[in-house]
Amino acid sequence: MANVPADLRYTKDHEWAKPDGKNYRVGITEYAQEQLGDVVFVELPKKGAKVTAKQSFGVVESVKAVSDLFAPLTGEIVEINTALPNEPQAVNQDPYGKGWMIVVAPSKPGEWNELLTAAQYEQFLSEGH
Amino acid sequence: MVEFGGWDMPVQYSGIIDEHRRVRSAVGLFDVSHMGEFEVEGAGALAALQTLTTNDVSTLEVGQIQYSLLCYPEGGVVDDLTVYRLAPDRYMITVNASNIDKDWAWVTAHGGGARWRNISAETGLIAVQGPRAEDLVSELADIDVRAIGYYRFARGTVARVSTLVSRTGYTGEDGFELYAPWGETERLWSALIEAGTKADVAPIGLGARDTLRLEMRYALYGNDIDQTTNPLEAVLGWVVKPAKGDFIGKPAIERVRGEGPKRKLVGLEMADRSVARHGYPVLSGGRRVGEVTSGTFGPSVEKSIAMAYVETPLAAIGTAVDVEIRGQARPAHVVKTPFHPPHVKR
Repeated sequence: MANVPADLRYTKDHEWAKPDGKNYRVGITEYAQEQLGDVVFVELPKKGAKVTAKQSFGVVESVKAVSDLFAPLTGEIVEINTALPNEPQAVNQDPYGKGWMIVVAPSKPGEWNELLTAAQYEQFLSEGH
Repeated sequence: MVEFGGWDMPVQYSGIIDEHRRVRSAVGLFDVSHMGEFEVEGAGALAALQTLTTNDVSTLEVGQIQYSLLCYPEGGVVDDLTVYRLAPDRYMITVNASNIDKDWAWVTAHGGGARWRNISAETGLIAVQGPRAEDLVSELADIDVRAIGYYRFARGTVARVSTLVSRTGYTGEDGFELYAPWGETERLWSALIEAGTKADVAPIGLGARDTLRLEMRYALYGNDIDQTTNPLEAVLGWVVKPAKGDFIGKPAIERVRGEGPKRKLVGLEMADRSVARHGYPVLSGGRRVGEVTSGTFGPSVEKSIAMAYVETPLAAIGTAVDVEIRGQARPAHVVKTPFHPPHVKR
């Protein structure tokens, strides 16, 4: 079973969000990186770009597939992981750490409560998603 | 697992990049038993193959292998294949799994005057590829496999399984393809895995098979060549031998040779790591000038690479083009191929 840290919240598209002051750090889950296989490219928007919950904010490419990244929360991107273009394998090696993708300043902080808890996400995975 | 030509095939075992590097640095095993094999025999076998295939089969010695093509009268490709001369009047051809039925119908319809036998269902095939392949196969074989030259084969036993040992492959590394009776292929596989433990052997899935062949620019039927592509566009003119006499497709191919192909299959290197995939448009100054046929991140070259048909004037090494990826023109340029230097035995 893939690692699902208890202090994060999740989407059904396999992104995670983690509180970071008033903002939220975002990446993809261990399950997602396992499904993708070797990540070779991550395409992220620029700092300052607006993202909308459940809408695509970027793309992750593995050797075998390309997948959209979906924003867990609506807001503005205040930070992007600038190490990823040169080190995309961090998404595989450390999806909840060095493999983080963006930090969002939320414009609708209430959306946090709509995200899946770790227990709910684990349940979702166990249903075979 | 994915469905490939009707077979359930593993895309990866430990991970595509890890498996790819294993083959380049040690040795990997590929179960490619899904490939098709036909035998053709009799006094008319050579003539049948000369009519069907583009390369000159008359140059083959017994024990020698040749890469070749089956073409349609219009010059498009039915399949790419290898031709083995088993005996003076007996040959085997190895064809792509997804084309077995089509090829069988084609060769039996147009390769008359010889006895054809489809041995695909009774023939297993394991590719042993990598710098340590020779040591591994040597250890288990009752013949001197080191003496087998590139694109040559010999018969012997490997792990006491009766095997046709072929010094060929689809990776650009030294190695062998071992043809064995279907029912004994699994035993051969297990023996190779066991004997290969200290050589760091590992099973390799379809994913790495694709990245390895792409770094070599080896064509994949259905991606880079098909019914709509002429061998000269695909830069496979080296296996077309018009001087040998008539063969199916010759007039159409020679017409293209006379006029010069309008497009060419080239190697592209992307400026960034975005992956140019099959079907993506190739642009020049915003104008569509071609299409990507295969693309991946090359684990050995550590770059995003692709094969693409482009208009002939844009095929020169160094030419800058763009690949349209998700609506965005991303810079690439034409590079010489293979992308990675081959290490096959000569």
